[in-house]
This record gives sequence, structure tokens and C-alpha cells, in this order.
Amino acid sequence: MAEREKLIEVKDLQITFGEGRKKFVAVDDVNFDIYRGETFSIVGESGSGKTTIGRAIVRINPTTRGEILYKGRKINGKISKELDREVIKNCQMIFQDPMASLNERAKVEYIISEGLINFNICKSPQERSELVQKALREVGLLPEFASRFPHEFSGGQRQRIGIARALIMQPEFVVADEPISALDVSIRAQVLNLLNQLKKSRGLTYLFIAHDLSVVRFISDRIAVIHKGRIVELAEAEELFLHPLHPYTKALLSAVPIPDPEIEKKKKLLVYNPSMHDYSSDKPVWNEILPGHFIYANQKELDGYRKEIRKG
Amino acid sequence: MAKEPILSAKDIEICFHLRGRSLKPIRKCSLDLYEGETLAIVGESGSGKSVFTKSFIGMLDANGEIISGSILYEGVDIAKYKKEADWVKIRGKKIAMVFQDPMTSLNPLKKVGKQIQESIELHQGIKGEEAKKLTLEMLKKVGIPDPERRYNQYPHEFSGGMRQRVVIAIAVACHPQILICDEPTTALDVTIQAQILQLIRDLQKEFHMTVIYITHDLGVVANVADRVAVMYAGEIVEIGKVDEVFYDAWHPYTWALLSALPQLGVKGEDLPTIDGTPPNLYNEIVGDAFAPRNKYAMKIDFVKAPPYFDITETHKAKTWLLDPRAPKMERPKSIQALRSKMKAKG
Repeated sequence: MAEREKLIEVKDLQITFGEGRKKFVAVDDVNFDIYRGETFSIVGESGSGKTTIGRAIVRINPTTRGEILYKGRKINGKISKELDREVIKNCQMIFQDPMASLNERAKVEYIISEGLINFNICKSPQERSELVQKALREVGLLPEFASRFPHEFSGGQRQRIGIARALIMQPEFVVADEPISALDVSIRAQVLNLLNQLKKSRGLTYLFIAHDLSVVRFISDRIAVIHKGRIVELAEAEELFLHPLHPYTKALLSAVPIPDPEIEKKKKLLVYNPSMHDYSSDKPVWNEILPGHFIYANQKELDGYRKEIRKG
Repeated sequence: MAKEPILSAKDIEICFHLRGRSLKPIRKCSLDLYEGETLAIVGESGSGKSVFTKSFIGMLDANGEIISGSILYEGVDIAKYKKEADWVKIRGKKIAMVFQDPMTSLNPLKKVGKQIQESIELHQGIKGEEAKKLTLEMLKKVGIPDPERRYNQYPHEFSGGMRQRVVIAIAVACHPQILICDEPTTALDVTIQAQILQLIRDLQKEFHMTVIYITHDLGVVANVADRVAVMYAGEIVEIGKVDEVFYDAWHPYTWALLSALPQLGVKGEDLPTIDGTPPNLYNEIVGDAFAPRNKYAMKIDFVKAPPYFDITETHKAKTWLLDPRAPKMERPKSIQALRSKMKAKG
């Protein structure tokens, strides 16, 4: 897959909050590429920095070190106004909580078309409302919903409004930050299907952020596992599920509830203890252990993992 | 089953009065709870699973009431209780509840230790130093390290998982007979979720509790439950042992819930969804409540509500598909293959 176009490249990314004694490193040494047309997922527990990475890519959080490239151009830190506008337009975000991410005082029409107004995309109000109605229909809502307020909708419908708002800008790249974790089971499936359909019809590229591995397996092409601000393992979805190497990945996988009583009752829970790594002299690095399968480990651990792979 | 149920709800109907109208979130629900078992109640939000169990401890909102049916507990029909004084004898002491959101179910202005101690002092009549000793013991039991220091901390100093442990400690402190867990892990990460489930299981063994789980996550159900009740629009539509419900489900709603799980989905294909919305509970429901959303609905489903059909001694479902006159139905493929497929996935 050497020839696939890299849409987003993240290199040695570090993000910190606060200064001096209060300085906190939220994300450190993060490297990954997102290819055009794929769904790339970041999984990890809360506080691991997965959302921070997503927000850094859409330029909400400033970065302290490293580079984020969008189609080969640097988009973090100080950039020109034109590029800034281009990134804002082409990289959109879908937020986690549909209850909190919509303006309660604005009508759906305004919520969805705000981006169009900011960018002066439409020549006339008629054209704008046509686009809004088209966007609503595309996410499976009725065009007449445009004149209503967010509180009149259920959680699933609100999430669809959030998706419509992101898509009306015709983005290439969408950061979906836990778009389904606030939703009910039956609605989850609908929203997942919708995201998948849009990916096919629009050729979208997703960065999907989640903590639920079962959902991630269903939707993504490649998965990165993040722990305490560091990506510890990255591989194709099935590869990661079938041959996890890093102990944290294994612990995370063992915690996923499987809807089958027989397996579930016998399951052994693995617990990850970060102190098991001895990084005092042998420093860990980001390694490609198999083609497309990356892991964060030191030399000694790498040898162990290689042995594990050979054993199958 | 020859065993005597420790709690037996019969034909419970609950009615809420709202702005001059009334709606019925629970329509004729019956449930027997046996000692020492873990029962899971699953369903979408709004299916009435929380309301139903809240009626066991008299915690319905002020505008709600049980209009018919009985809840037998220790030989007394607690559905008839009207006064708070009656409930206090049961609530917390005999039947305790763990709520969904640990961020909101603790008092932010009170030290964590005091909140646990309060429940011990109130229900067990133990005061002062001795109660504190029990509290520290309880903190240790729910897996909170360094209890002496933690005793004097406030909820905001605890992480989500730790807070849920505190909530569990409060519920279990009085050694209740029945513990109702209302979505105890929905707000938590998977790794923490697994730990909390394990904790509840350990405590259940230690204190010989009977546990009711309310959840919408069928993965959690498979992990913890002995028996499963599936609720839809205020009714239990299917109930049985966990194996029976997962491997031999009969109600189309159970099928729909199972096949909507991403774990069973095939990559690149659409997940089966449950279209439509649950019925409006203000209206009288005619026929099977699930019929309008049911791909397998027959004519009779829109006319007459089905009775319970026994599949085995422990397994029954409320669907006309089980009637001998019903045509043979093929279950959705993904569920048919549930057993073999899940095994292959490991």
C-alpha cells in the first residue's frame, strides 16, 4: 500500500497543557499517517489523550512539538490565513455528546448552515436553505426539521444534526469523537451505518475516536491503541484483534464484553500494569515489527514479541 | 423451579400523571426473583426497566404510582406501602440500589467516608468510632487503596471508577439482601467496567446478595447474568436463563437487539437496525407493542396482544410466533450463527 495518498501525517506530536510546575504532557511522541478513504481509529481509556489528538488536528488545541501535515502541508502552529480557512473547511468534527454540542437557542437551519455563512459559500439565502435541506435528507432527517430547535429531538436525531453540520461543508476529513457512546443500542447501529454509507458515497476519511473496541473493530480499517498519551500499538483492525502484542492492548481486548454467555463466563480478565516495563536503561522506541504493525517497545521486549509472532 | 422466590412482582401497572394526562410506563409486569441469582433486565431507554425496579424500593417520582398488582417481599405486599416510614425499613437496608452516574449520585459537599458512614449509622444503629471502623473496612472491600486517607476526601478527588466503588460501598454497607444496579458501568471505560463488574460479583458472593442488573449492553449481560429479562414498552417480552435467551431467543425484539450489536456485524455491510420509535405510552397500545417495528409481525400482532408461551420451564416469550398456528419463521442469520461465530472469533 505504498502508493496510497497520505491525507494526514502526524509526526512526533507533543501536546502539553499548563506551564511551569503545572505543566502536563497530555500527548507525547505520537506518530501516525491517515490514508485517504480509510477509517483510522484511536482507542484508549478516558484521559489517555485520544480526543486531544483529534482536536489538535482540527486546530482546536495548540501543539507544543512535532508536526501535523495535511496533504503534505504543515497545519499546526502558525500558518497562513488562507490555509487556516482551508483546514477549517475541509476538516470537520463530530462531537461526542449530542446534548451538549448543539446551540440550544438556534434553530436547526442556523446550526447546520453556520459554516456556510462564515465562508460565504452561498450566493443567496435560498441556495443556503436548499443545501440545508439536502444535508438533512442525507442524514435521514426530514427537511421540515430545519425550523425546529434542538430540544425537540431525540439523542439519535441530534447526533444526525451534528453529522449534517459537519458534512454540509463538503469536508474531506472528519474527526468523529465518540459519536455513538452517548446513544442507545438500537440507535448506535443506525448512526454507525450512516457513517459508513457517507464514507462510501462521499469518499470521506475518518479519524474515529472511541473507547469501545467492539465498535471500533466493526468500523475501522486501522486502529491505534493509546495509553497515557502514547500510542503503544498500531495495526490493521483484524490484525490487532487477532494478534495483539502489547500487554495494554491485550488487557483492553480482554475487557470488551462479548455478547455470548459461554465465552464471557469463562473469560479471564487481563490487567495491565505499566511498571512491568523496565525502561531504565533500554529505552523504548516506535517500531514496525511486522509490515503495517507498529509497537512501542524497547529492544528486549521486541525480541520477546518477535518470538511470540513466530510461535503464532 | 421449586425454589421460593424472595421477591415476587405480579401484574404491576405503574401510572405517571403528567400535565393532566397519564401515561403507563409499566403495563402488567410480573417477575420472580430467586435467592442468590443475578438477573439482568435489558431494553432500550424508555422501555421502563428503571421505573419497574424503582417501584421495588418505593422510589417512583412523586407523580407516579402503582395502580394495580402486588410485590410480595418477606410475606408482605410492599406495593401497598404508601408512607415513607414503611419504605425506610426496606430501602437501603434490605434492598439497595446503585445508580448509573457516579458523578451525580454522591454529595459533592460531604466527605466520602461520612457518606458511607451515614448509611451504616442510619440503618444499623451503630454510631461513632465503631461505624467509622466499619466504613474503613468497607472502603477496603470495594478496592479503594489507602482507606484512612480516602475517608477524609471529597468526591471530586476521586476518579469515575473510584466514585462508582464508593457508591457501591454505600449500597452494600448495610448488607442488603437484594442489590439493584441501574446501569452501573455505562458511564465508565471498558477496563474500569470490567473491574466494577468483577467487584460486584465478588461482593455478591461474600454477602450472599441477589443482584438485579439494569443495562442495555448485552455484552455485560452475557458476563454477569444467570437469567435475562428483555423489556419493551413496559412489558417483559422474553425471560429465561442467559443461555436460552442468547442461543435460543424467540421474541423478534430480542433478535433485533442482538443483531444490532456491532460485535456481530460483518465489516462493510450495514448493521441491522430497529427502525421506528417505541410506542407513545400516552396512548392505549393495541396488539403487540413491538408490531409496528417488527419485520416478522403477523396480522394478529396488530389486533391482539400475545400471551406468554412457555418454551422451557424457565424460558418464556410473549410473541405469537410461538403459537402452534404461526408459520415457521427463520431467525436473522447473524443470530443463528451466534454460537458458532462467537466461538470462532474466540
